[in-house]
Amino acid sequence: MSKLFNISPSPHTQSTETTKKLMYGVVVALIPAFITSILYFGVSALIVTVTSVVSCLVFEYLIQRFVLRKPLSITDGSAIVTGILLAFNLPSDIPVHIIVIGSLVAIGIAKMTFGGLGNNPFNPALVGRVFMLISFPVQMTTWPLPEGFKTSYADAVTGATPLGIIKEGLKNGDSLSSLMEKIPNVFHMFMGKMGGSMGEVAAFALLLGFAYLLYRKIITWHIPVSILGTVAVFTTILWLIDPQKNANPLFHVLAGGVLLGAIFMATDYVTSPMYPKAMIIYGIGIGFITVVIRVYGAYPEGVSFAILIMNAFVPLMNAYMKPKRFGEEVANG
Amino acid sequence: MLKTFPVGGIHPPENKLTADKTIKYLPVPASVAIPVSQHIGTPAEVIVGKGDIIRTGQVIATSKGFVSSNVHSSVSGKVSKIDNIIDSTGYRHMAVFIDVDGDEWVETINRTPEVIKEIKLGPEDIIKRCLDSGIVGLGGATFPSHAKLSIPPGKKCDILIINGVECEPYLTSDHRLMLEHVEEVLTGITVLMKALGVDRAMIGIENNKPDAVEHLTGIAEDFRGITVHSLKVKYPQGAEKQLIKALVNREVPSGHLPIDVGLVVHNVGTAFAVYEAVQKNKPLFERVVTVTGKSLRNPGNFMVRTGTPVRDLIEAAGGMPEDTGKIVSGGPMMGKALNSTDVPVVKGTSGIILFPESESERPVAGPCIRCGKCITVCPMNLEPYLLMTLAGKGLFEKAENEQITDCMECGSCSFTCPAKRPLLDYIRLGKSTVIRMARERNIK
Repeated sequence: MSKLFNISPSPHTQSTETTKKLMYGVVVALIPAFITSILYFGVSALIVTVTSVVSCLVFEYLIQRFVLRKPLSITDGSAIVTGILLAFNLPSDIPVHIIVIGSLVAIGIAKMTFGGLGNNPFNPALVGRVFMLISFPVQMTTWPLPEGFKTSYADAVTGATPLGIIKEGLKNGDSLSSLMEKIPNVFHMFMGKMGGSMGEVAAFALLLGFAYLLYRKIITWHIPVSILGTVAVFTTILWLIDPQKNANPLFHVLAGGVLLGAIFMATDYVTSPMYPKAMIIYGIGIGFITVVIRVYGAYPEGVSFAILIMNAFVPLMNAYMKPKRFGEEVANG
Repeated sequence: MLKTFPVGGIHPPENKLTADKTIKYLPVPASVAIPVSQHIGTPAEVIVGKGDIIRTGQVIATSKGFVSSNVHSSVSGKVSKIDNIIDSTGYRHMAVFIDVDGDEWVETINRTPEVIKEIKLGPEDIIKRCLDSGIVGLGGATFPSHAKLSIPPGKKCDILIINGVECEPYLTSDHRLMLEHVEEVLTGITVLMKALGVDRAMIGIENNKPDAVEHLTGIAEDFRGITVHSLKVKYPQGAEKQLIKALVNREVPSGHLPIDVGLVVHNVGTAFAVYEAVQKNKPLFERVVTVTGKSLRNPGNFMVRTGTPVRDLIEAAGGMPEDTGKIVSGGPMMGKALNSTDVPVVKGTSGIILFPESESERPVAGPCIRCGKCITVCPMNLEPYLLMTLAGKGLFEKAENEQITDCMECGSCSFTCPAKRPLLDYIRLGKSTVIRMARERNIK
């Protein structure tokens, strides 16, 4: 009998890009921020990240193996990304058991209950983080200061984040200019020399990661630029109206989790819109809600909530904000 | 800046291994099987019987209806049988089997090598000659050319578009034709212009063939009304609607033909065939076929008689490599996988590609991660991920509303998908079901 050949419909060639490569590409883009977090917060940053990644992987494995009884997919890299992003949103001295609980919520509730990768409506890492913020408000809002490399875990010097200083101070009736003196200057903020969650502080490291994501074409500019642009424009307007009450736009862009959120969290494929036009509207929504929460809300920081709120609109955007079909204009006109 | 179409598109590895291989004439095979359905439309009707003595270029099956085409014998010899054969579509189709004896051509064919530039026939005679000579579109779709040249009443054509894009990876048959038979191609274009009554023709060529662009531009100066345009490389620029958008910035509306925006598109290979039919009275029974593959010893471009089994081509290119896992007729993006080497070459066979085993099996598909890359690359701005879901769930009315029938099956979505999902398979299923539904609706 003569040789048998493979038969399949076209195309007979495929790009070398895979889901796995995209996910590990995101991991690579997070490396600069990871290194800076270790340099700033010491071994504790490593412990938090490893705990988070390992527990995310273990929970995904256990759920797939024993609950869903489906083929395992923990090597696809998505649980690793979730684990790293969750860790980056935490203070570096948080007790380990809280991280494990947060990972369980992130993977177990936010991801696997919806059917695993590709089906979750909300960003798993953010669901985990917000759950922890609400359940453990004290531990989740005590921020170690980046004091340089340390080998001890839980005895860091703590302090408020710049956003927290401003929010608290304004509530107590302090003037903005006196508060601005208490927070690090713009260069220190850019370098990450301020209180905050371990992955969000170093703007330059996050921007390096952004450049890599763009270079590898893992994400497009639409979501990050529209979020940052909206935060900048909106806070500029508020600043111009009342510079005594509202901090300047540069402060708002560098402080808190806007960069981490805009570059790594809001751009999560599964929970963001699929068309450029919708991406921009999604980004504007996140930027707007973030500033509203920061300036008028009870929390000093609002990026997590803003992204989760806009996640809810994504299915609607995908269904109603269609790309213009080829030939449509002529057909109708 | 070089022109291209604005929406979607991909850059698959080009792999044009045979770009510098001159066209070689493949020896006449010992026997041929000539399918009577080598074109889109009604199959031709066989007019010869078993035992008949046939000459090269003789009509063996005549067209039935307007969208149909004559089929000519590519060899001289004796009809051994008229039977079904599995052709490149994978289905059984009627074919005339001929045992070759010598190579005796019909006397009316002008076999001299000189290029005849003076066009004696008028427009109607040209169209009739295309019909008689069995000319079909050689870009791959094999639509009968006389039907494209007959402009329906009330419509007008102002520019003839010539497709020299050859955007499929691996294929180089059009490229070689433009280099080696440039005067014939340009004369063929002039013939087509005369048939259509237009005074402008634009040739679109991607700039990965700078030698063809340069060569054609130089000689086109001697031909009135023909201009050559270099285009930025992007697949699927050779698709009719995308080429039109790139060259003259007109958009063919959904469900319409190029003539609705005043254009007719022909392939450079067709222009060459039209030249031979009109100027040399030679019907279409041979064409240039690229035989290629990374493991093939002597990949090349061959002038092949229709009905020649693919096996002969592979032999001519150095024999079947050990590691061959898949044989594709056409390009890697839109071609069809063959189940055997007995399949005959037909008018639409632009290339034969041998893929090694390592490249011939599909990767395992993973879940959709909603990255939206399929939408970004779709040249028709459709939503492949959505069409796949709708077709998979049997929601065909919804798929119709999402314009599933606009899909031209270029494969950019399946190529790009990082989860390796078989998007186009499901879209094809949905598209064919929707077309059938629409047809049934019209009957009611």
